[in-house]
Amino acid sequence: MSNNGRKIKSDWNLIGTPMRKVEGLDKSTGRALYTDDLVFPGMLHGKILRSPHPHARIVSIDTSSAEALDGVHGVVTGQDMPTTYGIIPWTPDEYPLCVDRVRYVGDGVAAVAAVDEDTALRALELIEVEYEELPAFFDPFEALEADGSTPYVHEPKKADWNGNVTKKVHLEFGEVDELMDGSDAVVEGEYFFEGSTHTAIEPHCAIGLWQAGGGFQRQDGESSGKLTVWSATQVPHYLHRELARVLEVDQAHVRVLQPLVGGAFGGKSEPFDLEFCVAKLSMITGRPVKILYTREEVFYAHRGRHPFHMKYRTGATAAGKLTSVDAEIVLDGGAYASFGLVTTYYAGQLLCAPYEMPAYRFDSTRVYTNKPACGPKRGHGSVQPRFAFEVQIDKLSERLDLDPIEFRRLNFIGSNTRTINELRVTSNGFMECLESVERESAWKDRFRKLPFGCGLGVAGSTYITGTNYPIYPNDMPQSGVQMQVDRSGRVAVFSGASEIGQGCDSMVAYIAAEELGVPLDYVRVLRGDTDFTPVDLGAYSSRVTFMVGNAAIDAARKLRGMVQEAVAEEWDVKPGEVLLAGGLALWAPDTERQMHVKEAFNLAEAKFGTLGSTGSYNTPKDVHGEYRGATIGASPAYSFTAHVAEVEVDVETGIVDVKKIWVAHDCGRALNPVLVEGQMEGSAYMGFGEALMEEQVFKDAEHGRAGLHDAPSLLDYRIPTSLDTPELQSLIVESIDPEGPYGAKEAGEGPLHPSIPAIANAIYDAVGVRMDRLPFSPPNVWRALEAAREADTLRKPILNPGAGAPTSTPELVPGD
Amino acid sequence: MSAATEIVRLTVNGDRQEVGVPTHFTLLETLRYALGLTGSKQGCDKGDCGACTVILDGEPTLSCITPVWEAEGRTVTTVEGLASREAPHPLQDAFDLNGAAQCGFCTPGILCSAAALLERTGDPTREQIKEALAGNLCRCTGYTKIYDAVEAAAAAMQNGASVGGASG
Repeated sequence: MSNNGRKIKSDWNLIGTPMRKVEGLDKSTGRALYTDDLVFPGMLHGKILRSPHPHARIVSIDTSSAEALDGVHGVVTGQDMPTTYGIIPWTPDEYPLCVDRVRYVGDGVAAVAAVDEDTALRALELIEVEYEELPAFFDPFEALEADGSTPYVHEPKKADWNGNVTKKVHLEFGEVDELMDGSDAVVEGEYFFEGSTHTAIEPHCAIGLWQAGGGFQRQDGESSGKLTVWSATQVPHYLHRELARVLEVDQAHVRVLQPLVGGAFGGKSEPFDLEFCVAKLSMITGRPVKILYTREEVFYAHRGRHPFHMKYRTGATAAGKLTSVDAEIVLDGGAYASFGLVTTYYAGQLLCAPYEMPAYRFDSTRVYTNKPACGPKRGHGSVQPRFAFEVQIDKLSERLDLDPIEFRRLNFIGSNTRTINELRVTSNGFMECLESVERESAWKDRFRKLPFGCGLGVAGSTYITGTNYPIYPNDMPQSGVQMQVDRSGRVAVFSGASEIGQGCDSMVAYIAAEELGVPLDYVRVLRGDTDFTPVDLGAYSSRVTFMVGNAAIDAARKLRGMVQEAVAEEWDVKPGEVLLAGGLALWAPDTERQMHVKEAFNLAEAKFGTLGSTGSYNTPKDVHGEYRGATIGASPAYSFTAHVAEVEVDVETGIVDVKKIWVAHDCGRALNPVLVEGQMEGSAYMGFGEALMEEQVFKDAEHGRAGLHDAPSLLDYRIPTSLDTPELQSLIVESIDPEGPYGAKEAGEGPLHPSIPAIANAIYDAVGVRMDRLPFSPPNVWRALEAAREADTLRKPILNPGAGAPTSTPELVPGD
Repeated sequence: MSAATEIVRLTVNGDRQEVGVPTHFTLLETLRYALGLTGSKQGCDKGDCGACTVILDGEPTLSCITPVWEAEGRTVTTVEGLASREAPHPLQDAFDLNGAAQCGFCTPGILCSAAALLERTGDPTREQIKEALAGNLCRCTGYTKIYDAVEAAAAAMQNGASVGGASG
């Protein structure tokens, strides 16, 4: 092993370079195992019976015929697990299976375990459920006006509340009305963000295995057993806690394993009915039980992006400085709370950067309706207001005759500052992001200068790098990592981080290799098992690189210190002069003096005993204000993004062709630029899909069964294929965050935000039509074009297009 | 349970198989449940997502909507059959190197579509790659890195990288 004469840099050796993923080849050879790929001896297959009604009382359930069917081993109903759960400890409002009431078409009421799926499906048909149908709420405004004459979706949270309200938040910072009144320009707008769903290509899947006896006892001394659940979850720790609580098994006897997860995007970030059902069915049958959702069930499980109804008033001075922002938001939450308490806050709290706001008020209300529950989807709670706000800024810029990029520069909040809602902002590369997209898109030569039908739009955004506090209050670390080195030179990393495709297993391996100087292929990542990995809270809120990365650095540097000390003793030099890099221990003053890391590890093991360490990360606590709700939106660091989108609008059909999106993102530092670009491109793609194609639509009584999902398939719920997706160009910006691992921040969610408003603003540049409602589908765009034709507000064609215009000039609209 | 079964004969990744399966089984169910080849994925079970794509007599085929009897006497290559004993298929290496697989769930199907494309067209344009992959949904990557990987693999194969495996 040699370092091939490579110069040892003072900087990093691996960090910042393109690297393979630790499981990359497993994934491309078909060896990678996902939950549905696992088979156990004697395994049964489960299915869940789901409600055909959007709102109904369960009068009775008769499972006797199903239980009598040959091949059926167990049937459970809500009565078998009568404990509510919920990802947010203050809003547990779901049962694993409905106990007395169903709240949306698709709510689970019973589950069976049988020798195979066909038998389980036949058994479902034999279960007789008597329902008493109740009036249902589909429109959030109607739900808000309900007077209690028919049952609310849930019992009222407060005595004087409508039971259809999940949460209300009203926060006000600065002199909102005074500054608004004193503004030179005020733009008012009303926006609708259509709900959308995650559609990870892997459907949810879980396997339960109950081992009775074995000396396992509950805390009350009752004889118990051990519960093991494999699940395609992105929050194994929270699942672990909720399984123990609902199924009344000691947490110490619950083990959650997380095989590789085939995409999640927030759609697997809380417990689901199938995880409780496989566990309970295994407890009843004594055999392993697997449930795999059908694609249709994935749409019912949902927890996707909330539909937002938004009103904004935004004021500015004639010189283009924002003065005041006033927002009113109604969130259509669906049947259960999910993360809704947080979503209701995020709807307002995450808007306060990258622009300085002298005053800000938001009023945010989440409403229950009888539809699948909404929850967190990539860019949780902040993608919707960001769409509205960035379009507002575009309108203000035009009103004030300012270039919209220039307007954004004028209002830049800066680094090392506090937002109006008192969130601490440290590193901030937003100006570089704007500069990158402006340069790469040739903005100055082309904005407002392209032929009719063609346009450019810009938008910016910010996002959290992890939530500052865990979901259940505690003072323990948010992330932990354990490491050990062995006599062959290998490093084993025990990581509880949730690999959902974003590359976090690789991230900890890069850090271990960097810090301990071993080749990347000397690192083994042991993961996804609550029995032997330290707790990490999960893959949500873009927290993993920052928090798990810092914990990994902490663990690795403890080991490195021991190795340096042992080698220094051997060479009779100072420990600080010993470098570990490229598979070698080297003496910094003369790198010819070197040994293989294996020898270095052996010296350290001889000196200190078996080598292992743990590392932790916890967040700083002085990063937010003191008011109620101040902690929600607080994060140790914020990422920043700017996009420019280029579109061509067919004015006859309303078809919007997004030609290209330039994506500039401040990720702090790109630990592996290939993976960062992948996150940026995937985010922009997902935003593009929401902007143009995706609609979470439900039937009404005139067109089928009211409340039934209109398109619960990957054919009818349209997500972009390779032929739909525009060209995406990633432009990495590195602001080097003072607290991030090597300066890194998040990259997985921030870069989604600006896609949607950038496209909306580009459509305006192209044809002079404002799209304030999603999606910008051909019928919606066509209707907006028709309205503009009638009102004569369509953009006037530019007869002498500026430089950089496409060579083929689109045809002008007749009569224009 | 009591479903009628039949014996199906087919060649999978170079192995001649004779396997008894329920008559209603799809090719995907046969691969995953009867033969233990779990590389091909079930994403929708309706022919919408492409994660189950395998190569059937040279043609990329949605195995989740292919009744197994349609594969009787024919040759199937799955993601497990792309590599040779000596090395991964150039596509597999390029996917790893270029970050073309994030969650990896669509990857087996995409690799089969891409391998079939490279069998037909050694040096495809980006447009040809997009068209060849139009039936394979990927929700992670935005497709860009996938195109890069297919182009890199095509270049490697033009430069003589060997394609082993059952399809080679």
